[in-house]
Amino acid sequence: MKTINRRDFSVAVAAAILLPVTTARADDTNMEVHIDNFVFQPAELKIKVGTTVTWTNRDDIPHTVVSAGKFRSKALDTDDKFSFTFTDAGDYKYFCSLHPHMTGMIKVE
Amino acid sequence: MSGHDHGDDGVSRRKVLECMTWAGTGVLWTITGGVPRSLGIIDSAEAATAAAPGMTFLQISDSHVGFDKPANPNALGTLEEAVNKINAMPAKPSFMIHTGDITHLSKASEFDNAERIISQSKLDVHYVPGEHDFLDEEVKFYRDRYGRGTKGAGWYSFDAGGVHFVGLVNVVDLKAGGLGNLGTEQLAWLEDDLRGKSKSTPVVLFAHIPLWTVYPEWGWGTDDGGRALELVKGFGSVTVLNGHIHQVMQKVEGNVTFHTARSTAFPQPAPGSAPSPGPMKVEDAKLRSMLGVASINFKQNEQRLAIIDTPLQG
Repeated sequence: MKTINRRDFSVAVAAAILLPVTTARADDTNMEVHIDNFVFQPAELKIKVGTTVTWTNRDDIPHTVVSAGKFRSKALDTDDKFSFTFTDAGDYKYFCSLHPHMTGMIKVE
Repeated sequence: MSGHDHGDDGVSRRKVLECMTWAGTGVLWTITGGVPRSLGIIDSAEAATAAAPGMTFLQISDSHVGFDKPANPNALGTLEEAVNKINAMPAKPSFMIHTGDITHLSKASEFDNAERIISQSKLDVHYVPGEHDFLDEEVKFYRDRYGRGTKGAGWYSFDAGGVHFVGLVNVVDLKAGGLGNLGTEQLAWLEDDLRGKSKSTPVVLFAHIPLWTVYPEWGWGTDDGGRALELVKGFGSVTVLNGHIHQVMQKVEGNVTFHTARSTAFPQPAPGSAPSPGPMKVEDAKLRSMLGVASINFKQNEQRLAIIDTPLQG
């Protein structure tokens, strides 16, 4: 049992590399969402419970990050950030309360 | 124009207005025969000789005081230029409406600076808020300054020159995935406000976000704007004035004329012509042409309107 199974190891590494970038790996506790051109990027993020997500506004116009009853940022001016740590599993739909056509989703597993 | 105050119907209301002047980054409106018309740009000498009967008022919008990004590092400065234009007008308007986004970030200092500059016009100003005016934590700076005597989030009506003006708020309680929002409380108030008004009374509705659907992909419209328009359907003359999109757009549907004003701060792209509706950076030499004026000419007794786009420069 002490022998490292090189083949299994290789498969595991390959699987990790092939995971879509929007899927958090188990050891990720910090994830980022950027706001560019009135769009949350990525629009959907899958994370584990306990992960902290940080939104950064890179537009020249203020935005907010609001999930009804869950979290609500102040108005974020250019380069301002907002962070929220997800302690419960579930789907968190959120939007910009100033530009409500901007929507996003955090899926917490 | 002198001697015509609020509420003055004027003895010559039914005369056809020949012309008025254009005011920099605002739009000068005149009401004659009960029909609001915005008028084409002419030189000031001509305007001076065309003392118009009836009532004139001005619309400015989206001053975004505090904005200092590349699209216009000095939004306060261009607001002051607009006010200087207004002050240089040979015919003083009766009052002004500001269709929101007075400030960029709802800071007290931004409201103070806006007030300091706009008050130099020495005109009564009737405000409605934009979404940029409600960003402070307690949402009180706008209401402390401009909310007196208003209902709900800041809606109200008043009469001037025989015209019924209604200031509406469509920037609060916005729903995810949606557009601008008036809400049931405000619509019920509007219905009540219009009740009993003669259908021959000209009505002007003004609000920040367009009440009509300009470009929903960028949020340029109001979800329940159609319900407000239903309420004014029977009126012979309805004019809807908005801001928010930082460019002139207009259309006429039946008795309703829709118009959006330019910003005094920065231009925004035409719908769908850029990745986003954010501030559009243009060459410095071109900025004032983008803030420049376009005017609308309502031909009296006609439903069609003539559009005259005239930049301040170039």
